[in-house]
Amino acid sequence: MTITITGMSKSFDATQVLRGIDLKVEDGELLALLGPSGSGKTTLLRIIAGLDWPDAGQLVVAGQDWLALPAQKRRIGFVFQQYALFPHMNVRDNIAFGLTVRPRAERPSQAEIDATVDNLLTLLQIDHLAQRFPSQLSGGQRQRVALGRALAIQPSVLLLDEPFGALDAAIRRDLRRWLREVHEKTGSTTIFVTHDQEEAFELADRVVVMGDGEISQIGTADEIYDHPASAFVAQFMGAVIALPVTLRGGRAMAPGLDASALPACTEADGPGTLYLRPDSIMLDPDPASPWAVTRRDSTGTDLRLVLTDPQGAQIDVDLPRRGAPTIALGDRLRLRPLWGAMFSEGAPLAADPIQLSA
Amino acid sequence: MSAAAPIRTKRVLPGFTLSLGTTLLYMTVIVLIPVLALILKGAEIGPARFWAIVSSPRALAAFRLTITAALIATAINAVYGLLMAWVLTRYDFSGKRILDALMDVPFALPTAVAGLSLTALFSANGWFGQVLAPLGISIPYTLLGVAIAMSFTSIPFVVRTVQPVLEDLDPAYEQAARTLGASEFTIFRRVVFPQILPAYLAGCTIALARSLGEFGAIVFIAGNLPLKTEIAALLAFIRLEEYDYQGAAAIALVLLFFALILLLVSNRLQAWALRYKER
Repeated sequence: MTITITGMSKSFDATQVLRGIDLKVEDGELLALLGPSGSGKTTLLRIIAGLDWPDAGQLVVAGQDWLALPAQKRRIGFVFQQYALFPHMNVRDNIAFGLTVRPRAERPSQAEIDATVDNLLTLLQIDHLAQRFPSQLSGGQRQRVALGRALAIQPSVLLLDEPFGALDAAIRRDLRRWLREVHEKTGSTTIFVTHDQEEAFELADRVVVMGDGEISQIGTADEIYDHPASAFVAQFMGAVIALPVTLRGGRAMAPGLDASALPACTEADGPGTLYLRPDSIMLDPDPASPWAVTRRDSTGTDLRLVLTDPQGAQIDVDLPRRGAPTIALGDRLRLRPLWGAMFSEGAPLAADPIQLSA
Repeated sequence: MSAAAPIRTKRVLPGFTLSLGTTLLYMTVIVLIPVLALILKGAEIGPARFWAIVSSPRALAAFRLTITAALIATAINAVYGLLMAWVLTRYDFSGKRILDALMDVPFALPTAVAGLSLTALFSANGWFGQVLAPLGISIPYTLLGVAIAMSFTSIPFVVRTVQPVLEDLDPAYEQAARTLGASEFTIFRRVVFPQILPAYLAGCTIALARSLGEFGAIVFIAGNLPLKTEIAALLAFIRLEEYDYQGAAAIALVLLFFALILLLVSNRLQAWALRYKER
């Protein structure tokens, strides 16, 4: 089902959480809404589900005005962050719920319901858990049951709110791949919300980066990574180093900086900022560079360096320890970034400064 | 040689012995000894006389009235208390806090005061009585009057046990059910109600137990006609006033027995309703 959202706004009391969202989701697409907390991504998802209502805007799905439909009539599969499995029903009853609550005329026979649930249990690889209660399941198992419950009604649209947020890293990786497979098998239009850019990029066909109630950028993983549309997006990609530079002919210039590996940008000449990730900077010895190593820690695989210039500005650089040039405290080094995003002074940074965690 | 001394695991929270000891002592003094004394008093008279007392027509009538009225009162409270708890948790309206506070009035009010005002309201020239009398309904001095007095004093037990559970219920359960296509009534029946059922059963049980033992609110409205509107607790009181301690103890023991049965049944029901919870 194609989902078209136009001019959608929403406020909670005095806080505006959505400011004019325009978005088109193609049929069968797997789309990620990526953004920091408070960016409005979950609110957008809940509006599509019919659990919240916008103040203004339109939501049209397959030609039908969904804002005129209650959640019950939309046939969406919604997977909650904390799963919200019914605690007093076992796994089988949880998955069958959406089928058993249909009006008698539309309700499948018990045999059909059983067959559907059996198929899902197999698809989700949780056959052996059918008789268990949610309190007896691990986080990853609950996640699968929640997805099974959502898929049982053959939803027109599948919506997932931070689907892997409550799981540990190893299970996340597995479930991500598995969700991708499930999506390919069922072919339903799927939207999921995440604050983890790696998760969004790995899983989604297209990623919608949201910040402060607005869409900052829409694109594939490669597009967004290579050409972040704003300083906010660049920062959200992990480019936490903001280096003051002079832009000339699309090239960044600064003492101790060799930006030749970066593609030229289209920003106007003049003062600007180069956003860099600590793990994509190479270092070359250069006695004339203002950057000196003032701290050197090793994690075994990586070297964590802090470089300081005479004015006291500091930047972090992470290098693989093996194959890295021998670097000692006090060495003068030139920065050679392999990836970065440049914006001239006048370019909008972001709607609001965003707190980025390491 | 003896085996090595077992390792004593230290408790995380100190003071276990002291706090448990205090609790047990308190329980013994306040609950156990009075109950024991009652049982011993009842046992003094031997089974034959005990049976004669509790199966006398007057006692049987009192038990029948007490139990019937308590069941009616609890049935009313079960419906109305659930509705009240639902309204107080699910809707926002002006005056909600006042309504919420009013719910505790039956707790706070001396039961005799409640009894007096109920009697005044339902008497033939009272506010309610004036309306009901032409319809041929008389509340005072009837089973219904006893039931109304009982339900007045025990309603908060249902509301106050269900309300917090309803309040803490994660709205995501209902939202999930909604996205799965369930109607609002189905959501209540299949998602909300099963989760508040243990607390609901507990609240209704306490309300029923309280109704069985209620005294102050009832004696004014009941009229206390022997064989007709005399409740068991009052009969025990009358026996006591006649210095018939053994007769009073025998009737009280039967009430105690009902209460214990009730608690036992309630515990089993709650355990059943909570069967899905991990231990």
